[in-house]
Amino acid sequence: MVTVVEDLGWSATRFVVDLGRLARFAAQVARAAVAPPIRVRLFVQEVFKLGVLSLLIVCVCGLAVGMVLSLQGYHTLVRFGAEQSLGAVVGLSLIRELGPVLTGLLATGRAGSATTAEIGTMVATEQLDALRMMSVDPVDLVVTPRALAMVFVMPMLAALFIVFGLFGGYLVGVGLMGVDPGSYMSSLQSAVDFRDDVGGSLLKALIFGVLVGLIATYRGFFAAPTSAGVGAATTSTVVVASVSILIFDYFITALWGV
Amino acid sequence: MVSPSVTNGVRDDPHVELVRVRMAFGDREVFRALSCRFPRGRISVVLGGSGSGKSTVLRLIGGLVRPQAGNIWVDRDDVTRRSERELYAVRKKLGMMFQDGALLDSMTVFDNLAFPLREHTAASEAEITAAVRTSLDAVGLSRVDELLPGQLSGGMVKRVALARAIITRPIILLCDEPFSGLDPVSVKLIEALLVRVNRQLHATMIVVSHHIASTMRMADRVVLLLPDGTVDGTAEELRRSTDPRVVAFLSEDAPPPAPAADARW
Repeated sequence: MVTVVEDLGWSATRFVVDLGRLARFAAQVARAAVAPPIRVRLFVQEVFKLGVLSLLIVCVCGLAVGMVLSLQGYHTLVRFGAEQSLGAVVGLSLIRELGPVLTGLLATGRAGSATTAEIGTMVATEQLDALRMMSVDPVDLVVTPRALAMVFVMPMLAALFIVFGLFGGYLVGVGLMGVDPGSYMSSLQSAVDFRDDVGGSLLKALIFGVLVGLIATYRGFFAAPTSAGVGAATTSTVVVASVSILIFDYFITALWGV
Repeated sequence: MVSPSVTNGVRDDPHVELVRVRMAFGDREVFRALSCRFPRGRISVVLGGSGSGKSTVLRLIGGLVRPQAGNIWVDRDDVTRRSERELYAVRKKLGMMFQDGALLDSMTVFDNLAFPLREHTAASEAEITAAVRTSLDAVGLSRVDELLPGQLSGGMVKRVALARAIITRPIILLCDEPFSGLDPVSVKLIEALLVRVNRQLHATMIVVSHHIASTMRMADRVVLLLPDGTVDGTAEELRRSTDPRVVAFLSEDAPPPAPAADARW
């Protein structure tokens, strides 16, 4: 019994310590983001790696999710004779919820894990120590461009996911199920509010970008300098970032109605 | 602290000095009260078996790890009293050659060498190119500018790492196991390069190694880390030493010593 309590206490202490360290790390990143030198070239490189190289997977997944959503939505709505509202159902589901959340999860799996593995490998091969010995702050050079790029690309990837989702929904709803194209588009237009729905969706994606960017870089930066350590850090990034996205999604929706 | 059993033959003023340094990683104590000095402008070699804390000595000097107690003086700066940000000023005086090179693997050889100059100087690209060429020439490398670190052999990685370490003309050069994993010809090549760099730059060099033959040829001063203390002196003094611990370490025919149950000093 004592051991169980001890283990619980140890885990709680470690969690609090980890949280404090993450907060301090976030402050370091924030300071490096605004203090010179501003590393524009590295930032653009990271935007390419995290954003452009994720385009295909985001577009394909967006299209597939939109198609499935349209199919499921049609079969449900047709029971109530409300299939003309398919555009609104697909649009609101994608814009308010599925777009930012699924994009966050996809970005975690593809770009977040790669970021952790890359930084962790730099730790294991003493590259970060080499930077310190050259009087270069690794948070400034290695971490900040990656974290900022993640924040920057996430809303854009989410927007792209939503656009392809709406297109997929249109293809299935109109092309396959025979819903009137005018009804699909008009229900979509009338149901979706740009400020509340689209703006809120992009804000959600931005917050998820901050989460994934920080967690991925933090886990890599503090990875144990072994191959097993880098592997564990990468796994941890995927798990922690995915769970954080889902938990934050609930609280953002509950508190702000987004 | 065990008193040195060999007379200190080098009387120069210390450029780097560790004073009663205690260092532990978790429960594992590496040093209890390590003290040693590295004279200015000379080649000092830190010898010792695997796990004796040789690389830790370099990491302590560079401020990459912090001791639990003691002082570390680097060119009159106590690095144990400096914040990470303040250490950057001290580290500009240092160059470090890491055991496995620690070259930035996303950059070409040229960019690896140019990197510290681009970060810390206002030199033009033409000047940087000239400096890179000079550094690569100094280590006997050519036509490797556009190669990535992953495309280099082990010996070439060591030489590029040395070229990067000296490109800013440091006054103190730290070399971690420069001979490890190299064939005998490459060992002699790196050894000759280190001696030449020392003569040309007049830099204080602290080399960590367990390569006894090279150490005895190049070292002005040797610090031997043993499980029960340190021994220091010139290479010749260590060679003539009758201390059984020194004899056992330097003799390749000597039987391996029994592991100490509580090895610390």
